[in-house]
Amino acid sequence: MAEQQDQKGCATREMVDEVLAAYPDKAQKMRAKHITVKEEGCASCSIRSNSKTVPGLMTARGCAYAGAKGVVFGPVKDMVHISHGPVGCGYYSWGNRRNLAEGTLGVDNFVPFQFTSDFSEGDIVYGGDKKLEQLCREVKELFPTVKGISVMSECPVGLIGDDIESVSKRMSKELGIPIVPVRCEGFRGISQSLGHHIANDAVRDHLLAKKERPDPGPYDVSLIGDYNIGGDAWASIKILEEMGLKVRNTWTGDSTIEMLQTAHQVKLNLIHCYRSMNYICKHMEEEYGIPWLEFNFFGPTKIKESIRKIAAFFDETIQEKAEAVIAKYDPLMQATIEKYRPRLEGKKVMLYVGGLRPRHVIGAYEDLGMEVVGTGYEFAHKDDYDRTFPMMGDNTVIYDDVTAYEFEEFVNRMRPDLIGSGIKEKYVFEKMGYPFRQMHSWDYSGPYHAYDGFPIFARDMDIALSSPTWGLAKAPWQKDAKEVRK
Amino acid sequence: MSENTCACTQPKEEVAEWLNSVEYKEKNFSRKALAINPSKACQPLGALLCALGIDGCLPFVHGSQGCAAYFRNTLNRHLREPVPTVSDSMTEDSAVFGGQANLIEGLKNAYQIYKPQMIAVFTSCMAEVIGDDLNAFITNARNAGSVPQDFPIAYAQTPSFVGSHITGWDNMFKALLQSLADPRHGRWTNGRLYVVPGFDAYPGNLREYKRLVSSMGIPMTMLPDASEAMDSPHTGEYQIYPGGTPMSELADALNASGFIFMQRYSTVGSFKFVKNVQKINTEVVTMPIGIGNTDKFLMALHEMTGKPIPAELEKERGRAVDSATDAHQYIHGKRFAMFGDPDLLLGLTGFLLEMGGIPAHIVCTNGSEQFRKDIQAVLDASPFGKDCGVHIGRDLWHLRSLLMTEPVDMLIGDSHGKFDAKDANIPLVRIGFPIMDRVNLHRSPIVGYQGAINLVTMIANTFMDQTDRTCPDRLFELMR
Repeated sequence: MAEQQDQKGCATREMVDEVLAAYPDKAQKMRAKHITVKEEGCASCSIRSNSKTVPGLMTARGCAYAGAKGVVFGPVKDMVHISHGPVGCGYYSWGNRRNLAEGTLGVDNFVPFQFTSDFSEGDIVYGGDKKLEQLCREVKELFPTVKGISVMSECPVGLIGDDIESVSKRMSKELGIPIVPVRCEGFRGISQSLGHHIANDAVRDHLLAKKERPDPGPYDVSLIGDYNIGGDAWASIKILEEMGLKVRNTWTGDSTIEMLQTAHQVKLNLIHCYRSMNYICKHMEEEYGIPWLEFNFFGPTKIKESIRKIAAFFDETIQEKAEAVIAKYDPLMQATIEKYRPRLEGKKVMLYVGGLRPRHVIGAYEDLGMEVVGTGYEFAHKDDYDRTFPMMGDNTVIYDDVTAYEFEEFVNRMRPDLIGSGIKEKYVFEKMGYPFRQMHSWDYSGPYHAYDGFPIFARDMDIALSSPTWGLAKAPWQKDAKEVRK
Repeated sequence: MSENTCACTQPKEEVAEWLNSVEYKEKNFSRKALAINPSKACQPLGALLCALGIDGCLPFVHGSQGCAAYFRNTLNRHLREPVPTVSDSMTEDSAVFGGQANLIEGLKNAYQIYKPQMIAVFTSCMAEVIGDDLNAFITNARNAGSVPQDFPIAYAQTPSFVGSHITGWDNMFKALLQSLADPRHGRWTNGRLYVVPGFDAYPGNLREYKRLVSSMGIPMTMLPDASEAMDSPHTGEYQIYPGGTPMSELADALNASGFIFMQRYSTVGSFKFVKNVQKINTEVVTMPIGIGNTDKFLMALHEMTGKPIPAELEKERGRAVDSATDAHQYIHGKRFAMFGDPDLLLGLTGFLLEMGGIPAHIVCTNGSEQFRKDIQAVLDASPFGKDCGVHIGRDLWHLRSLLMTEPVDMLIGDSHGKFDAKDANIPLVRIGFPIMDRVNLHRSPIVGYQGAINLVTMIANTFMDQTDRTCPDRLFELMR
């Protein structure tokens, strides 16, 4: 028992091999490349990523449609996003990413809607192009203030060979609004990741630089890769504006089509979720010479670092204001830490999320005295892992596209105090008695970004860890009578 | 706003107001191609829920993995439970070469890692469009040694562009019987009544059916029984297969002394198969929501089995009637709009009418013409049903126009109705699937006499809460 306690939270190569031994040979070989234990000096720091999921193993991954519609385009609020194909994809991605937006429903905010062409068998046989034409007209007639339409293609659309590009072009001319075809059929690529890229390319080809702002300024920046989950973008904008910067565009949380069209005019692109939007940042750098900067607004340490990094791009006025912002919020952050750190100190966390969180939230946990002992991504690429390895301590386990089986086994062996992952994992681990937070949706709380977010983050982790409900799992008659009645 | 005015030049407020107008309603109802907030999911989700009801069964999506993630998410959100499901992760190369290689490898991995007692394979639209032949693929997978030759696999075609989640439930249920039930042994029966719930995401309902049938002393099997998978106990240990109908009882299904289907429209094909092809004594009842529908259900059980209705159930009925009369004044004459699956709506309509409630708008995205006739007959049988509009194939944006132009007092439906309800400034009582913004509702039955009590409680108390929250101080009083 004592030995097990010492071992708690400590990963070894043997542990990984033991877990993988249950697989058939081929699956074992494939999965072994996706899991590693960080050893001293980073000797084994390589990991395979962004390759196909092994068939038949329970994955948390989604598809290209989920990346394009569910992540990138969905939150653009004054556009109608048509899920083109059968009803399911639109239905399942309807309203569940918590992309908050200001506006009036049906007038300048369409985020809480689900628009679909609801394919029937006839559409599969005869094709959906005619229907798409009519559908665009109906959108414009029913929602005359709509500023644009995106056509998000589902699997059958690609398979039956519909020409959504030419329909979009024709209808865009007829209706006088941008109509953007997005070829994000779910079978393309190996995860959501390709969908992000496809959506970035669609923005580049159909929207970016199609309009000019009349009033560009020296402190104009874009906030990129913040989808305003539970108000995250609003919390981040607050800091940037207090620094004296002007946030002209948010991509794509609470954003408008005009923000996508005019983003080529800013002075700096600030990117939070690197994975989903690095493509367009790189494009803007090459094409318009706009530099881009990755930043991290989780937890006071990283926020402070990021504020200074951002301010360094600008003049002294901004740098002074940046220091003032840090000074203003430091006491509040200190109070949060003083309140929660004694309760959370030394607790071990295992993470498995997508996008930026598997590395970005590490600093926030560390601010609270917690340690991340395992992490991994659903759909990361090599560059994500290159950024992650330096942040991890020795003997942490890193897993790419972890299967449900592997994750459960690692948890069984490493016994973390808290797990942060998605809804598909949540109820499994809670049934096992592990405190858990959904780190895609903040478990319907939030924001977690920026100064507004950290006290909420700290409170939520504490709620999860110290809930008395965990102690109720075992019935008293399953325990020793003396223990129960004392 | 006239036909000739361009709304894009109008101020925001004017456009927002126009969305609530009769003129807009007409425009809205004349659309042909566009679906806005349709209240239906696609076939494989229903197939998944059906497969979860067999003990030891691993649901297996043949198609792209994103679909499996979406089905699991949606069920997770409603049930707040784990939903184990694998996929064979088909990608571009499968689109070109077919998904056989993925299925063979996928079955092998799933069998070895998740140690199921059976696997239920169903298709996503990708596999359907490219025309994968499940029958041949599964035979080839067995021959390739992915699973033992005699390992039970049920398979169903569930194209997402046909029907909805209730069609998928039906197809998977029929597939379970066709793939895994032994042939009928002539006139010999196993003496058990098989109770088939249909697409029902309330574990509380399933438990209530079992309690009611058992209390009549009828030997029964619930097939499939997802009540454990949808509501497994928290013990500190995770079980991937927490229970369900045992494989042996699925295998013995066609020797049942009878089948009773608790829903009509989510079991259309299965009902025909059991009754007409298998020639088994089969009944289908209206989902027993409300007292009258529960009476009919118990009478059907009595007629099928000859067992009397026990005194305890009569007492229970009396308590439900008591709750209905106690609360009648809060529901009588109130106008309701409803949306959801056809079976749910048929049952709920009966309940509201017996309470003196007035169904004003019924919107059913996945309803059939038969459903329209059936629900019209229920409405026609009551003076409270005479002015109700039944809208099949319509969606929640149509519903919004109805609420704005012909207002009601309450909306009944799943969580997706909350935007319409907010715009119309009326309460939403959450009944149906999915309910992702309230806890535990699925754990309490809405069927049977106890379900009737629960519905009366929810609906009447919601009206009273609303009065307390909105009334002026001079009308704020202790008793309601």
